[in-house]
Amino acid sequence: MADIQQANQQAVERMMEARPILKGVAVAKDVIPGMKDNLIMHAGPPIEWERMSGPMRGAVIGGLICEGLAKDAKSAEAMVKAGEVEFAPCHHHQSVGPMAGVTTASMMVYILENETHGNQAYSNLNEGYGKVLRYGAYSDEVITKLKWMNDVMGPMLAAALEGSDGIDIRALLSESLHMGDEGHNRNKAGSILYTAKLAPLIARVAKDEAEEAEVLKFLGDNALSVLNPVMAACKAMADAAHGVEGSTVVTTMARNGTDFGIRVSGLDDAWFTAPVEQPDGLYFPGYTSEDASGDIGDSTITETAGIGGYAMATAPAIVQFVSGTAQDALNATLEMYEITVAEHSHFTIPNLEFRGTPTGTDIRKVVELGLLPRINTGIAHKEAGVGQVGAGLVRPPMKIFEDALLAYAKKYDL
Amino acid sequence: MSVTKSEIRPGAYFDSVVLMQLQRSLVALDGVEDAGVVMATPANLELLADSDLLTGEGKAANPDDLLIVVRADNAKAAEAALAQVDELMKQRRSSIGQEYRARSLAGAAKSLPEAEWTLISVPGRYAADVAQEAMDSGKHVFLYSDNVSLEDEIKLKQQGVEKGLLVMGPDCGTAIINGIGLGFANRVRRGDIGLVGASGTGLQAITAGIHNLGGGVSQAIGTGGRDLKSEVAASTMLQGLAYLEADPATKVIVLVSKPPAAEVATRLLQTARHAGKPVVVAFIGYAPPAPAIGNLYFAAGMDDAARLAVELSQGGAKVDSKAAAPIQGYLRGLFSGGTLASETLLGLQAFLSPVFSNVAMRKEQELADPLTSQAHTIVDLGEDVFTVGRLHPMMDNDLRLRRMQEEAEDKEVGLILLDVVLGEGAHADPAKELAPAIAKHKKAHKDLEFVALVVGTDEDPQNLDEQVSAFEKAGAVVLRSVAETVAYVAARLAAGLPAAGQPVAAFSEPLAAINVGVESFYESLKAQGAAAMQVDWRPPAGGNEELASILAKMRT
Repeated sequence: MADIQQANQQAVERMMEARPILKGVAVAKDVIPGMKDNLIMHAGPPIEWERMSGPMRGAVIGGLICEGLAKDAKSAEAMVKAGEVEFAPCHHHQSVGPMAGVTTASMMVYILENETHGNQAYSNLNEGYGKVLRYGAYSDEVITKLKWMNDVMGPMLAAALEGSDGIDIRALLSESLHMGDEGHNRNKAGSILYTAKLAPLIARVAKDEAEEAEVLKFLGDNALSVLNPVMAACKAMADAAHGVEGSTVVTTMARNGTDFGIRVSGLDDAWFTAPVEQPDGLYFPGYTSEDASGDIGDSTITETAGIGGYAMATAPAIVQFVSGTAQDALNATLEMYEITVAEHSHFTIPNLEFRGTPTGTDIRKVVELGLLPRINTGIAHKEAGVGQVGAGLVRPPMKIFEDALLAYAKKYDL
Repeated sequence: MSVTKSEIRPGAYFDSVVLMQLQRSLVALDGVEDAGVVMATPANLELLADSDLLTGEGKAANPDDLLIVVRADNAKAAEAALAQVDELMKQRRSSIGQEYRARSLAGAAKSLPEAEWTLISVPGRYAADVAQEAMDSGKHVFLYSDNVSLEDEIKLKQQGVEKGLLVMGPDCGTAIINGIGLGFANRVRRGDIGLVGASGTGLQAITAGIHNLGGGVSQAIGTGGRDLKSEVAASTMLQGLAYLEADPATKVIVLVSKPPAAEVATRLLQTARHAGKPVVVAFIGYAPPAPAIGNLYFAAGMDDAARLAVELSQGGAKVDSKAAAPIQGYLRGLFSGGTLASETLLGLQAFLSPVFSNVAMRKEQELADPLTSQAHTIVDLGEDVFTVGRLHPMMDNDLRLRRMQEEAEDKEVGLILLDVVLGEGAHADPAKELAPAIAKHKKAHKDLEFVALVVGTDEDPQNLDEQVSAFEKAGAVVLRSVAETVAYVAARLAAGLPAAGQPVAAFSEPLAAINVGVESFYESLKAQGAAAMQVDWRPPAGGNEELASILAKMRT
């Protein structure tokens, strides 16, 4: 039998040594392996239309409209039911997307390259707050904004990055984690850093001052601007750790609104899935947990890579998610040390005496201690098109870790 | 009818999470139907409008303003809710913000890396695994759990010996380490009396007694109730004894136990005899061979043990220097006096086992043939079988000289012990016959030792001084009482156990411990000022046997 300890150490070293650089922005079809016109990539593990949650369906409809494949919800649904649309998890195409994660062939996407190991990862562009596709909204204003992002912002970012060395997202995260971000629910500092790095690059290439101002304002106002490059960076790190024979380190955690799925480094490409849990959160005015969709999104790639909920201790501004005190935020991170393999060599927490963030979830420890990963998450309305209704904490179902352990025992003949 | 009231706080910025928390608290108030607390951005105003929470006042708010809206059953409730906003924002629930409770030993060890001790009080079936994990990470174990199998205990303790770690328990209730009580322990002052106990309440009674008599405790090491059974062979008590022996802060040692297995008692006493410090032995129910032998003091009970320990600690205990390094070989005691033989046997059989004799008190120690010695032997040559047709050996040395010759030629013999009884009626000059023989044998057998137990007075006709000096000149050690003789011979021949494995390193101060299980032990550690971490322990894999067994396989 493989030396598990050693395999895990190797996996987590690869995860931490991966150095994802934001290299560019391009049309999905041109860069994402296997992307094609009628393919809709979505968040989480594989799922068919019939089992999709409200926001996921809404996003699929919006994606088809945006792509010009359907003119309205009705025709979009008809297309899907006629089998004209293919679905695949973003994760099957080296990609990730927040919430519904819907990404279509002509959408502009970020290109991240892991300079250490050479692998790439991709993510769509962040739409900001309010009514957005990722929460299943597909009204005209949503489509209009997406078109603007694709036609104005995307090309401008592409041009800006093209003439640069790229942006080191790991370094950016190291810094933003010292500025109150945990990289998942809070990306305020990171987004400002990101905008600051982009601004001179954009200024160099922008041809229209008004458009330039518009793009910079959009990036600067959106406290989630950097979320998508961060997610793709985490994906590049997690992929680098995948496929280490004998390793029990989790390399994917993702939700599609219906199922929560994980994959494990030493267990090939198998998904272990179970129905998602309901997030425990704080709600926007007028909403309650009754309105919440099941847990959704690929953004759990941040926790997979050792930030997000795992780095709660470093984000005192959002301690309310963990009941309100800085001590509880510390406890959240301390708890995650118990189910992880290593302390991150690049992401550190000042108020834990610069200990590295808990990195590399070990399915053995999760099952043994009955202690599940802590995930910070936004909460979508259960109906398509309403949008975000809150934010909070969620844990994956225990069953998927148990199933993964059983599969491990089978594969490695224990 | 519902009433909606709002309040604007211009320029007051709060993170949205704080605001959502406040909103939740407002909704929980009596009479409040719904509430919204937002920064008044256009998007947020829209949200409020959707929920029928947007007032005219609210519409006029700026994006930098904090907007608080409450919809309640009546105006009074709405106003009351708004009045509470400041207080609610300050509120902290008492159940939160507690110190971190680790979920695993490894997690706790990361947070308290200096922890040298692990207290374990989980259900017995899991206890050995937890103890194993603690030892794998180099920690001493205080194992309060019971229902741990004897095999597990032996396995753990063997490792403990190899690694220089103490396994106190299973079923160990009491210890005091560096002044900090583990488990059930009395608060006693620190001092120079060190204890090792297989009995928790025994340790408590004696340590409390020591304190009440003005003495103090250096360490009180528990062993668990089965430590002195033959199978476990006093593994932990021997480690503890060695620790206290080496500990410069310990002047007097106390051993406490329920009646130990006979051979275990023997080994312990052998070892204790070489401690180089006074050792008070409180084996409750054990018949001591004498009140004191050498550095060993046998207590009649726990109060007596405390009293003895404090007296020895305060009185400047003296330890006989004759307890030199032990020699190899058997004892052959050739006695002329029956009672002297019996009392010597009684004393020595506490240290040497077995001691064969023709005056044996235990059946299994009876000599098969009084004429032939076996292993350690004490033979009374005044018995009828020897005196038929000849004079009693107090008057006639011939028999003893011949037996001495045989014993001296036996390569397995290391020490020959003779009693020499002077006085009226006895041989006129025993030394004249015995001493030259001793000298001759010593010349022929370099390593052979002789002890003469001389019983007499300075008024006896044989001239005590001349007798003593003749034996000494011949190379014998001369002793004047049975107690001295037992103490001396026990020290010469009872090797004790060779110190196996790794010695236990000096305990670090201040004490730092991880508590797995019963929370009151953790609280007590904290109350005593020790550094401690609580592990919120649960059965592995939630008690799922299949998963637990896979996990176990993956560990190896």
